[in-house]
Amino acid sequence: MDNLLVAENIVKKYGDYTALNNVSLTVPKGSIFGLLGPNGAGKTSFIRIINQITMPDSGLVTLDGKPLEQNHVKDIGYLPEERGLYKSMKVGEQALYLAQLKGLTKTEAKERLKYWFDRLDIGDWWNKKVQELSKGMAQKIQFVVTVLHQPKLLIFDEPFSGFDPINANLIKDEILKLREDGATVIFSTHRMESVEELCDHIALIDKSNKILDGKLLDIKKQFKSNTFEVGVSTDNEAALRNVLENKFSIAPASFKSIHEDVKVKIQIDPTSTPNELLSFLTNQGQVNHFTEVIPSASDIFIQSVQNN
Amino acid sequence: MNHLPLIIKREYLNKVKNKSFIIMTFVSPLIMIGLGLLIGFLTNINKNKERIIDVVDESGFAKEIFSDTTSSTKYRILNNIDLTQARVDVEEQEHYGLLYIPRVDSVSQLEKSVKFYSKDTPSLTLIGDLESKIGKRLTNINYKNKGIDIEKIERAKVSIEINQESYTGEKTSKFSGGLKLVFGMVSGYLLFMFIIIYGNMIMRSIIEEKTSRIIEVIISSVKPMQLMLGKIFGTSLAGITQFVIWVIVLGILTTILTVVFNVDISAMQGSQQVLMQETMMNGDMNDKIAMGLYELDKLPIINLIVMFLLFFIGGFLLYSSLYAAIGAAVDNETDTQQFMMPIMVPLILAVYVGGFTVLEAPHGTVAQVFSFIPFTSPVVMLMRIPFGVPMWQQILSVVLLFATFIGTVWFAAKIYRVGILMYGKKPSYKEIYKWLKY
Repeated sequence: MDNLLVAENIVKKYGDYTALNNVSLTVPKGSIFGLLGPNGAGKTSFIRIINQITMPDSGLVTLDGKPLEQNHVKDIGYLPEERGLYKSMKVGEQALYLAQLKGLTKTEAKERLKYWFDRLDIGDWWNKKVQELSKGMAQKIQFVVTVLHQPKLLIFDEPFSGFDPINANLIKDEILKLREDGATVIFSTHRMESVEELCDHIALIDKSNKILDGKLLDIKKQFKSNTFEVGVSTDNEAALRNVLENKFSIAPASFKSIHEDVKVKIQIDPTSTPNELLSFLTNQGQVNHFTEVIPSASDIFIQSVQNN
Repeated sequence: MNHLPLIIKREYLNKVKNKSFIIMTFVSPLIMIGLGLLIGFLTNINKNKERIIDVVDESGFAKEIFSDTTSSTKYRILNNIDLTQARVDVEEQEHYGLLYIPRVDSVSQLEKSVKFYSKDTPSLTLIGDLESKIGKRLTNINYKNKGIDIEKIERAKVSIEINQESYTGEKTSKFSGGLKLVFGMVSGYLLFMFIIIYGNMIMRSIIEEKTSRIIEVIISSVKPMQLMLGKIFGTSLAGITQFVIWVIVLGILTTILTVVFNVDISAMQGSQQVLMQETMMNGDMNDKIAMGLYELDKLPIINLIVMFLLFFIGGFLLYSSLYAAIGAAVDNETDTQQFMMPIMVPLILAVYVGGFTVLEAPHGTVAQVFSFIPFTSPVVMLMRIPFGVPMWQQILSVVLLFATFIGTVWFAAKIYRVGILMYGKKPSYKEIYKWLKY
């Protein structure tokens, strides 16, 4: 597969402290790549290196096959977690300035800003000062400025913080649309539900090391525990529980059901198949519910970090 | 991509369009003029208040000298009254004071026996004035008593004016000395003020970028060095704009006031003018003015202007890069205090060395040394140059200054690069030292 961004053996030290220890990552073109990790793991250090805000002590980052250089600034759009705007400047002026810093000409920037301001329905903010805007309003401007120069690579660090659910949804849809239009997105967040929703690839960084990366689906397969949630209705509940307990390792389960079921989680041996379990269960009673337990991104996160 | 012009433009416009900047630009000259007028007014109130001094002259020597009634101090000669009664009267009438000259046999006895009674301590100028008046009168009486012709003495007086000339044949006078002094002091203080006002402005604008959290967005597009230089240049330009407007507005206001209200502003200003005026008062006025114009012509004007610009720019850039580094290192203005010391000490030292040592000995060792140290040279050298500094010294000092400027920019950029991304805690000197090695 074509990779847009390849980082090889990145090492970054601050004095005696190692912020990134030999981290290698590949971000495939057109993906939404979740960069995950606990606080202080080294995510921001990594993102700053991609943005050439800081230089790695060793290692190489290539964008579209070429080592990072100053000119790449216009190919990257970065929405940092710690973000703000000049308070005393007018919204329009400020957006123009930031767009010009990304290499757009003034006329280009004006045209595109008009498009985005209309699209997000914020056209009448142009002459407002930033200090008159609410936090959510300012975030919208920051989002527009990040994507305005149509970069190949978009980096969003906690993009939804500060947004109400309606606007968060709006921004989420915009991110998905940008991906459709060909952009690659690196997405750093602590909100696991947005990871589930958006990301197709993830990498997990913990204590300066990459401990996990790949397609989200593959990782889920890797983390599956061969556990099934089952609901079986029977006349003799005690007998059923007894049989199951003797044959499998089980745990209580809770899910919604309209039946008076015995609800359990059953973990089967990796060598046996779900079909075998199902046919065993059908002999015990009426099987109303049968689902494989898929590990959530949150489960994977917690499990990996705790085991590290 | 070179964004420097864009950054400079934004910094400049942002400063210049700022409301408080505009207000300060136009209100400051008004305040300065207003203060000047107020001080002048207050001084005049005091001057114009009539003071009555009663005189009891038992000796009879001094009566004539108190006949002058033009000044605001009025003398009233009391006759046929003894001191005790006079004291009571004067106190009751709330007059300024009572001068008592006792009856004596000879003039010399009066040396220690004249007395002045008053409610509060009398003003020093008044006492000095009285002493010289009475002294002069008594001296004259003494001359007469001893048979000396006063007119002969007056005619025999010789007034000396030393013509100064350097070995290379350059003629100077006290007047041009004053001129040089004024040039040196004005340019030195100007630079000092400029550094403090606009250095602080640069620092604040960097702190603002940090607190508003826009910094990370910006430096993902431009190099920190470019941003820092852009801020320094943009703010300097705004500062120059403000300075020029100040000078123009002050000039216009002064002219208006002088013409319309006939107020003598120069009379309210500093001691330099007094010195100039004094040197000019001695001797023939026209001669002096002609000489002055000649002297002015002889001053190395081009050298002065070029060096003024070089030292002004170099000195300001040197200090402003340090201000930038401080701004980047801290989170808010209150945290800047501990880092301001290293900036203020050399700056104040420069002004003191300039103000005292250079005036006393423009080419003494101290003045020479301080005019080469880059952190003091802009102020000290600017004060020295009018007194004639060899060209090689001037050039060496400028070269040292700009070399150091490059050094401090490098140093400041290192701190800046790390500092702008550090939030939430006040760094120590030790930490900043570590940043240099990141």
